[in-house]
Amino acid sequence: MNFLSFFVSRLGKALVVVLGVVIINFFLIRLAPGDPATVMAGEAGAGDAAYVAQLREEFGLDKPVVTQLGIYLKGVAHLDLGYSYRNHLPVLDLILDRLPATFLLMSGAFVFSIVLGVLLGVIAARTRYENRRRWIDSAVMSGALLLYATPLFWLSLMAIILFSVVLGWLPAFGMESVGAGYTGLARAQDIALHMVLPTVSLGCFFMAVYVRLTRASMLEVMGMDFVKTARAKGVPARRVIRVHVLRNALLPVITFAGIQLGQMAGGAVLTETVFSWPGIGRLMFDALLQRDYQLLLGIFFVTSALVVVFNLATDILYRFIDPRIAVGGREAAA
Amino acid sequence: MTSFLRRYCRNAGAVAGLVVLLAVVAVSFLAPLLYEESPWMMVADPLIHPFADTAYPFGTDMLGRDITAGLLYGARVSLLVGVVSTAVALVFGILIGAVAGYCGGRIDDALMRFTEFFQTIPQLAMAVVIVAIFNPSIYSIVGAISVVSWPPVARLVRGEFLTLKQREFVQAAVVIGQRPLRIILTQILPNAMSPIIVSASFMIATAILTESALSFLGLGDRNMMSWGFMIGAARTMIREAWWMSVWPGVAILLTVLAINLIGEGLNDAMNPQLRRRGE
Amino acid sequence: MNAQTMSERDPMSIIHAQPLLSIRDLSIALPAGGDRPHAVRNISYDLHAGEILCIVGESGSGKSMSANAIMGLLPSYLKPERGQILFRGQDLLALDEATLLGMRGKDIAMVFQEPLSALNPVMTIGDQIGEVMRVHREYPGEARARRVLELLEFVGLPDPATIVHSYPFRLSGGQRQRVVIAMALALEPALLIADEPTTALDVTTQAQILALIRRIQAEKGMGVMFVTHDFGVVAEIADRVAVMEKGVLVELGDAEQVLNDPRHPYTRRLIGAVPHGRAREGGRADDRTVLEVRNLRKTYASGGGLFAKKRVTHAVDDVSFRVRRGETLGIVGESGSGKSTIGKCLLKLTNVDGGEILFDGHDLARLSERQFRPMRRAVQMIFQDPFASLNPRHTVGRIISDGPVASGVPRETADVRTRELLELVGLEASAFDRYPNQFSGGQRQRIGIARALALEPRVLVADESVSALDVSVQAQVLALLADLQQRLDIALIFITHDLRVAAQICHEVIVMHRGRVVEAGPPAQIFDAPRHDYTRRLIDAIPGKAWDPTRVPAAA
Repeated sequence: MNFLSFFVSRLGKALVVVLGVVIINFFLIRLAPGDPATVMAGEAGAGDAAYVAQLREEFGLDKPVVTQLGIYLKGVAHLDLGYSYRNHLPVLDLILDRLPATFLLMSGAFVFSIVLGVLLGVIAARTRYENRRRWIDSAVMSGALLLYATPLFWLSLMAIILFSVVLGWLPAFGMESVGAGYTGLARAQDIALHMVLPTVSLGCFFMAVYVRLTRASMLEVMGMDFVKTARAKGVPARRVIRVHVLRNALLPVITFAGIQLGQMAGGAVLTETVFSWPGIGRLMFDALLQRDYQLLLGIFFVTSALVVVFNLATDILYRFIDPRIAVGGREAAA
Repeated sequence: MTSFLRRYCRNAGAVAGLVVLLAVVAVSFLAPLLYEESPWMMVADPLIHPFADTAYPFGTDMLGRDITAGLLYGARVSLLVGVVSTAVALVFGILIGAVAGYCGGRIDDALMRFTEFFQTIPQLAMAVVIVAIFNPSIYSIVGAISVVSWPPVARLVRGEFLTLKQREFVQAAVVIGQRPLRIILTQILPNAMSPIIVSASFMIATAILTESALSFLGLGDRNMMSWGFMIGAARTMIREAWWMSVWPGVAILLTVLAINLIGEGLNDAMNPQLRRRGE
Repeated sequence: MNAQTMSERDPMSIIHAQPLLSIRDLSIALPAGGDRPHAVRNISYDLHAGEILCIVGESGSGKSMSANAIMGLLPSYLKPERGQILFRGQDLLALDEATLLGMRGKDIAMVFQEPLSALNPVMTIGDQIGEVMRVHREYPGEARARRVLELLEFVGLPDPATIVHSYPFRLSGGQRQRVVIAMALALEPALLIADEPTTALDVTTQAQILALIRRIQAEKGMGVMFVTHDFGVVAEIADRVAVMEKGVLVELGDAEQVLNDPRHPYTRRLIGAVPHGRAREGGRADDRTVLEVRNLRKTYASGGGLFAKKRVTHAVDDVSFRVRRGETLGIVGESGSGKSTIGKCLLKLTNVDGGEILFDGHDLARLSERQFRPMRRAVQMIFQDPFASLNPRHTVGRIISDGPVASGVPRETADVRTRELLELVGLEASAFDRYPNQFSGGQRQRIGIARALALEPRVLVADESVSALDVSVQAQVLALLADLQQRLDIALIFITHDLRVAAQICHEVIVMHRGRVVEAGPPAQIFDAPRHDYTRRLIDAIPGKAWDPTRVPAAA
């Protein structure tokens, strides 16, 4: 399959998923207990009878379901994700306002988890394979096992207790020091300091995932025939690992990274809540407290769309990296 | 069977995990016997330190509720939600995966599109949305967790069925005239069970983590004391009584770790078979 | 049996007095729990420059062990316990890793068995060949690229300039093996070790690679150690032969002597089991056609999408043949010839795209699965892989009884019959309650045969049923099949890639090439007077044709 055909089909799939999320949102509101209009108005807006009536008309709640769906889809296509009564702002504006903070947090955590995860996974696999200092392998794997079993929000709390309350090294809440009025480089430093705890605690769980995956992938590749061929050529061990093993072992890790991002989005909700980080995760928590369902569903939609886009990007990246697919080839039987 | 147990027991971690899990299960059964009153009852002074009073080994929270009782009752919720939601997800996932893997072709395509869709959506976000919309209760929590955890099972089962279908002993079953349903039940499924069982144990662990996350966010069942809820409640007291958030988290950590160790032990014990050559 | 006899006879040894490689009393221990305490025990042999030494043995004989030990590529749980490996006088086992690293690829090179997995899939061919030179710091600068092209041409690869930039997945198995050989030759090593390099290749490709190795060895004067299980290959290229059985060297000598006048009973037994390609005596009395195939067609379509065209392969293209009662028909071809696909079509394991399969007055190709199922008893199959063709979780008794039970026979009756069948195929009665993993490859094939016979079929299709077996076991299973066929008067369709085996047991043979039947006839005619060009090529490619194993008196 050549690239254009591949891209179009992947894009099509992505759009279908996004459409599916929208349809799920639509049906969730209608399946919820109670009158859909009241549900959409949220706890705050439900008291305002005029507002509820306005919603009823806007979404055509007295019309047949199919028409309602049409109206809803048209709204989403125009990027109208609804209105948050409690916050007196359209949902889209609220989300866009908070999105950068979440991007910052998630990119930081993503980089942290992949870099450290792959590094530790490679080290663990090497020591196990070479049969020297195997305690390193055991230590890394035990650490990964422990982190993998730790609830993310609890780890964040423990981190706050240790580094903020007891030791006082790092700030516990928020993205910036309130009221300090930093600008420029000072501001960047301030944000960076605030970023440390949230990024590391969000990244730790996923780092454990990458450690295990990388190690398993490396060990599998190390057992393959072409590694034996390389050794028979007299290639020294370090080069074997770097040039032969790593390049092949990292391929599944890349695929996995796309899938992990969806989980990380969920993790961000928890982390932002604990650290009061001003991103859309925290916004989702607030929406829960306020029973603001339009906001909630809007955030769900945006998160899903972002994950889908990122998956598409990873798929395309993978295609370029794996020569078996990149050159558009299949096994030639000459 | 005995050789399987022997292989399992060679793994120290797996044995330790089993012991811990049995302890947790025992605790969950003992909870109503040791503490007849609901853990929601305010029984003493607020904020008693842990290990200060023998009647309240882990202390009390800011409303005077017994933390120890909460820990014991929390075990019931975690295990209940973990096991039931996994069971539901398994049934659904195995069904879809088996049909997709065995039938192949367009049925497989359609089912896999469906599965991929649910797998792409961020799981915790979806669970949060479902529980929020349908009002938090043990049913909506179990339902939400099942909805987000069945896709990986379906993919796994489909993969296994696809490989096994090509295996010569399955082809032999077709050749000797066995009917498709019988082939699925007696030839393919028993050989697909080991990865499914291992997968199930990891799913229970993940379900427990998800349930605690939902309760932490305030989406737990109001009538059932959950470890996640306890941590969420302790968040406001983080400076005055930081130890309140420690114990429930440790409980979750130990339970999930134990189940993961069991899963790995099962994996190692089940795999050395099939590939024994006469060399 | 040792170097002294060698130097008396071989004039070359006056010039190369010291053997290039000398293994002395090598023993490698196996970890506890294996089927014997040593992988190899007390083996000693020499290899001189300019000669090809073949190490031959069945699976589990330890024939690859010494080869891996020389290169220092044994897995970490296998350590040489005793002995020396003298290369140009230096004991390799006593050297440190850094020195050995310098020698690997430069003084000693190795070629492995599986060409499809021997190359790094994400590195270009040019880079991989260049790597040998790079790590040994030879041919700096532009000379390296030139050397790579030179090597590719030397091993006979077409269009080296394009291949240099290609990735391995673009090349076939034979081409990849040539690349591996090019890598091994890059720095002109004194010793080349080849561990079953042609086992995974088609017979015509194998012939080309063997010719290549012979040419290289003659031109460069290298010492070559060639590990194999195939006596035909030994007859084709060996100067000297070492025979191994269960870790022990049982015979060592010149090829001429070992092949025509072997001394050890094990060697004699092995040679006795080699399929000799001598046609089967006597015809069969019956003339009634049991199964007839007319114009069979099966195509595969792959690839395609929105902007690309589909690729269509004719796996089976207008094939016709017939089988008579009590007759064995051989379908011979290389990989991709369509022979296995025919088997799958006959058993309706895959759809048929055209043609007719006439059996018992029905056209099987037209029947649906449901209509065919009651007729399945009459046409049965014996599969290729003894390790994958039996359900590991069922007992042997259940595996065999399942067939009759599926067609309505009560389990107790079927079990009685199963016990009879176990005896018929030469297995003990206790096998009934045991599991497949407790049996060897040959025994599992017997179970597979019993399973097929349980339904009392009239046609039996054996799809490469002996290809995965050691040669001595293969001979036993073939004898069993021949015997059963005679007793039960079954029509047997024997699918194989080995023309010698087909010639030995088949009454009629059809030769397939790229989905078409290129030649048909009795084996004697095909061997002595092949008509089609491809058949001639196939016969020419058979290794060791000039050698006649039947001249050797069989072991007692």
